[in-house]
Amino acid sequence: MTATSPHVHDLGMPEGPSPIDAAIARSIEANGAKQTELKAKDFKTDQEVRWCPGCGDYVILNAVQSFLPSLGIAREDMVIVSGIGCSSRFPYYMNTYGMHSIHGRAPAIATGLATSRPDLSVWVVTGDGDALSIGGNHLIHALRRNVNLTILLFNNRIYGLTKGQYSPTSEIGKVTKSTPMGSLDHPFNPLSLALGADATFVGRAMDSDRKGLTDVLRQAAEHKGTSLVEIYQNCNIFNDGAFELLKDPATGTQWSIPLEHGKPLVFGPDGASCVVRDDFGGLRIGETNQVDAGEIVVHDAHRENPAYAFALSRLSSQDLRYTPMGVFRSIRKPTYDAMMAEQLDVASTEEPADLAALLNGNDNWVVGG
Amino acid sequence: MTGITPPSSAPGGLVKSVVELDRVVIRLAGDSGDGMQLTGNRFTSETASFGNDLSTLPNFPAEIRAPTGTLPGVSSFQLHFADHDIMTPGDAPDVLVVMNPAALKANISDLPGGGLLIADSDEFSPRNLAKVGYATNPLEDGSLEGWQLVSVPLTSMTTDALKDSGLGKKEAERSKNMFTLGLLSWMYHRPTEGTIRFLERQFRRKPEIAAANIAAFRAGYNYGETTEAFAVSYEIKPAPMAPGRYRNISGNQALALGLVAAGQRSGLPLFLGAYPITPASDILHELSKHKSFNVRTFQAEDEIAGIGAALGAAFGGALGVTTTSGPGVALKAETIGLAVMTELPLVIVDVQRGGPSTGLPTKTEQSDLLQALFGRNGEAPVPVIAPRSPGDCFDAALEATRIALTYRTPVILLSDGYLANGAEPWAVPNVDDLPDLRVEFASEPNGRAEDGEEGMFLPYLRDPETLARPWAVPGTAGLQHRIGGLEKADRTGNISYDPANHDFMTRTRQAKIDGIANSLPPTEVDDPEGDATVAVIGWGSTYGPIGAACRRVRRSGRSIAQIHLRHLNPMPNDLGEILRRYDRVVCPEMNLGQLSMLLRAKYLVDVESHTQVRGLPFRAAELAAVIQEVIDRAGTPETSVSAPANGELL
Repeated sequence: MTATSPHVHDLGMPEGPSPIDAAIARSIEANGAKQTELKAKDFKTDQEVRWCPGCGDYVILNAVQSFLPSLGIAREDMVIVSGIGCSSRFPYYMNTYGMHSIHGRAPAIATGLATSRPDLSVWVVTGDGDALSIGGNHLIHALRRNVNLTILLFNNRIYGLTKGQYSPTSEIGKVTKSTPMGSLDHPFNPLSLALGADATFVGRAMDSDRKGLTDVLRQAAEHKGTSLVEIYQNCNIFNDGAFELLKDPATGTQWSIPLEHGKPLVFGPDGASCVVRDDFGGLRIGETNQVDAGEIVVHDAHRENPAYAFALSRLSSQDLRYTPMGVFRSIRKPTYDAMMAEQLDVASTEEPADLAALLNGNDNWVVGG
Repeated sequence: MTGITPPSSAPGGLVKSVVELDRVVIRLAGDSGDGMQLTGNRFTSETASFGNDLSTLPNFPAEIRAPTGTLPGVSSFQLHFADHDIMTPGDAPDVLVVMNPAALKANISDLPGGGLLIADSDEFSPRNLAKVGYATNPLEDGSLEGWQLVSVPLTSMTTDALKDSGLGKKEAERSKNMFTLGLLSWMYHRPTEGTIRFLERQFRRKPEIAAANIAAFRAGYNYGETTEAFAVSYEIKPAPMAPGRYRNISGNQALALGLVAAGQRSGLPLFLGAYPITPASDILHELSKHKSFNVRTFQAEDEIAGIGAALGAAFGGALGVTTTSGPGVALKAETIGLAVMTELPLVIVDVQRGGPSTGLPTKTEQSDLLQALFGRNGEAPVPVIAPRSPGDCFDAALEATRIALTYRTPVILLSDGYLANGAEPWAVPNVDDLPDLRVEFASEPNGRAEDGEEGMFLPYLRDPETLARPWAVPGTAGLQHRIGGLEKADRTGNISYDPANHDFMTRTRQAKIDGIANSLPPTEVDDPEGDATVAVIGWGSTYGPIGAACRRVRRSGRSIAQIHLRHLNPMPNDLGEILRRYDRVVCPEMNLGQLSMLLRAKYLVDVESHTQVRGLPFRAAELAAVIQEVIDRAGTPETSVSAPANGELL
């Protein structure tokens, strides 16, 4: 981060002069200095929020609006792209630039925007159906390319906007309108999928946990490259209580594994449980008083090899027992947009643009007048 | 001078005569692995630099390497060149070069009787003959008596010429296409420096391969000079052309350069999102080479991501482009609809190929016209334009960009496989003469809210003239706004389910596209005598064949008016009135009558459709016969007493 940057945090913006085009830069400069001293209300729009009363989306919207001012991003430098679904109404309620696009395609649209405008902070808001069913392909490709995007995946394990069909994260046997005898599909574990695509930042948070959510979102926003945050979000109409096991204070501490970089993975009431290595390179749950302290895994989100983070993601099962919460993986790798900008720089240095020469080509001839 | 200097006199005092021709059509045919496309392209470049007018027709299978020596593996390249301006690659070859029995079998029926047939006799082995069902060797059994057959052992002469090159026999054999090119270069007095330079450039990292190819090329040339097999060589004088600088160009190349020029002339970064697809991939390849022109090329994970990324870039202020063929347009339909709704500029290039489904990937067709106009859910009007020749793809790219930027709309450009791979001499334009495509982004609030609050930004407040909405790019303070696929309220762009608003917005989007017609020049009608009662109308790549057919018709003493559409949506304002002037209107198309259906529906004109979907361009002679038949049926101007009463024909 350079001293002159208007951003309080490192948002993965390229350093040095902004590589945007003259025409765009002229238009942007016309309205003067960036306003980065903002409050939560500055990020609200005049649009009436139309989620169902009690929806977890409200909590996430409030958390995002509250923590954004601390990032120091000007509203006009932020773009939120969404697909289709309840979560995808998000951009309408944020006083930033936004596009509510088509089902599943937000990562593709955001990729084009972030690649051609590395000066912007581009966010994708999506859901489990949008990101993992119709848009599964775009999600994994955005992750492998490491475009500078922050992807918030609201996972409520149900199709809400179409009124209650099972989703690609619903547990097997889920009885819904389209599966009266129970669903047969094995669900995706979104984080295992992302880690399989070599995602450079992967985290998970709970809608109702303002502090934990804000903490993961901040790290995701500061990450250079594609960050994926799975947010467990309660749909109180079609899948109410889906995450109660983790939310209920009586069971939550028992089944959630808080991830903190550099800290041993000890959890549960009185720290009775822990994470230890098993055979074959995986991880398993141990009882803290039954294992040597040295056997307890110390969380390392910066491991280059995604196998460790993948093993973490496999600790939890469909019924949410032993769910790690926090940042699974955060590593530095060159971003797609920065590498493309570099290729353009190299090309312009090696052979400056000359349109007349390009049109003439190598082989041409002149007919005299 | 790095070309071949012919021996000062041929051994044995052989004196060869030179015959002057005004035009020649040559077809080279061989196995997919024989390098026929490369040979054809090189011969084309030599011919272009010599100054002939020319037109080419590459024709190759979709398989990269079909089984060697089989009919499905035959690849061909036809070149028509002349001392005058020509419009097509020629209906039939005058000269056919076949590299194996399969190439002979697949092409001989196109060679008119008496035509020159050159065959590589080395490849007519019993095994190769059996592969395509020849019981006896046609080079020896007299079955080719109706043609001037010259059997030449091209393969063995090539390997002989390269015996000291250090290359193995198999590798040396691969240069037989350059030997053949050398022979043809001698036969038609082609300049050779360009090919030698090309080979040196192409194989600069493999100098021994470059040397072998050049040696084979020279050997072929010198063989022509010295052999008694060819007693005559041919001269085709350069064609008179308007003064200026020329180059040879294919449609895909011209389109790519047009897009680069459009980026430069608009001052916007160019962003191409594309997924590889035949026959459009060469545009992606070409644009990828021009990063120094602020061109970003993104090879997406699929067709949908290709256009999605282009639209995202357009939201950010780039000139967004996606290139594809018909199956890709089908996949992109939903995103085109989003671009219609969000009213962002976007250029969609469809290099049409035979359909439906995977269809004929390497063959040409014009069957995506209705898909381009109507292939989306809802009322989703999109401007559609089409180039008429390979070189015209350059201008079409600039025109598509003009419309997209001026009217803030996706535009579909319909090229096709014939234009994409065909080539012609192109007058290189002066950069300063290219259209100025600069745009103004919105930089400040443009309105007030309903409660009277000033300083609002209304993203759907329209320019009264063009009905375009402001283009406010992210990063511009105070203009934050949200767009998307849900219906927009007029002016504010907020979500609206109001019935009257939807009706108004649907009609407004249509009116915006219809209004583009006001920016178009009057339609050109080519009717040299001015007394035609029959008009022929076409669009896209049929321009050449229809034009050549019209020339033939006029040479027969009849009059015919030719109209060729660049703009398919909206069509020019004067088109209906023009069509109604004629007793009959004929519309040849490489589909089952898509434009004629539109014309009939729009103008209530009784258009006669003439169609063909063979994966190949029309033949001029065939079209001329169709047109003559219609003219003769319509009667001469004197007898057409049923002409409109308004006296337009008098």
